[in-house]
Amino acid sequence: MSVKTLTVNDRFISAREEETILEAAKDAGIHIPTLCYLEGVSEVGACRLCLVEIAGSNKLQPACVTKVVEGMEVSTNTPRLQQYRRTIVEMLFAEGNHICSVCVANGNCELQDLAIETGMTHVRLEYHFPDRQVDVSHDRFGIDRNRCILCTRCVRVCDEIEGAHTWDMAGRGTNSYVITDLDRPWGTSSTCTSCGKCVNACPTGALFYRGVSVGEMKRDRAKLDFLMTAREKKQWNV
Amino acid sequence: MERLKLATVWLGGCSGCHMSFLDLDEWLIDLSQVADLVYSPFIDVKEYPEGVDVVLVEGAIANEDHLETIKTVRSRSNILVSFGDCAVTGNVTALRNPLGSAEPVLQRCYLEAADIHPQIPTEPGIVPALLNRVQPVHQVVTVDVYLPGCPPSADRIRAVLESLLRGEKPQLAGREFIKFG
Repeated sequence: MSVKTLTVNDRFISAREEETILEAAKDAGIHIPTLCYLEGVSEVGACRLCLVEIAGSNKLQPACVTKVVEGMEVSTNTPRLQQYRRTIVEMLFAEGNHICSVCVANGNCELQDLAIETGMTHVRLEYHFPDRQVDVSHDRFGIDRNRCILCTRCVRVCDEIEGAHTWDMAGRGTNSYVITDLDRPWGTSSTCTSCGKCVNACPTGALFYRGVSVGEMKRDRAKLDFLMTAREKKQWNV
Repeated sequence: MERLKLATVWLGGCSGCHMSFLDLDEWLIDLSQVADLVYSPFIDVKEYPEGVDVVLVEGAIANEDHLETIKTVRSRSNILVSFGDCAVTGNVTALRNPLGSAEPVLQRCYLEAADIHPQIPTEPGIVPALLNRVQPVHQVVTVDVYLPGCPPSADRIRAVLESLLRGEKPQLAGREFIKFG
């Protein structure tokens, strides 16, 4: 294993050569905002919130899928990045129907947290108010696609940790939506094991336990952590 | 010091933001030492006056009356504060927007859900017609200050009013001040 040295926000840090900029920055205590990223499952670089500037390149790179390189000079919080991040969050709010005041995840939502972090006092774009579907056919869980930001965490956690691959994507662009099995009602799914990992992975209130009301939704991310540690390090830390 | 001319306006919202304003409790007495409330659901003034310094606008633009009112309010006020989530985002008032128009809501409420005498109320000049799409205030007129929250806490309202009283533009940031919901 070789070590790479690089600078992040003018600070010298060292990282293992297989690490991404996001992991290296995290180890060094430098915060980079993320949304589709979820520790323990693969990275997709879809949400673009972790974009960083790299000296010598005009192109912004997603920190979650960009490997560290010797001598790299990374900036994670320039005015340009701050502006882009706020715009990305505003686009997510404008594209769906995110109504914090009546959401199960109010106060426990990563999208809401990012709105605060990026200083979003209002959305400058026009809201789309799309017509999206809710599915509460499952006994224990529900999905409200109005609150879905298409991060695909549920798809990855179901495929990579549970091994069921109940979740998938359908449609294109802003008309994309997550589906269970071949777009059948969740309650009739023959692949879903009712494990609840998708509910714990969801960053917003799109996936929820049935019978939970406004602001009551709490996730148990430790469960995902436990499983990944058990799988990768063969340690069952109860 | 010249007394501040303060107004509050109630459009398409539940009045919860105004209730939160009342939660300012004894600070309202301090406020009354330096400001005059010149128009508000709390006082009996029929017409929105000219020369308002600061106005708090609660609620989204949901009907024709709101649309007309907000234009008058804008033209007669110096600083317009978008007051609460309905004004800032549309919030619960805009829950009907995905249905496409006002018609399905009226049908559901006044015909399908009616126990007796189902009819959609129409009284031109008295009952304002619903707009097909509910809009946040800043989509219709220029907004100077955004004060989110459902409702914004009394502390948030006070922070905004205090900085406006000092002649400064409020710079709201952080969970305590700009969290929606």
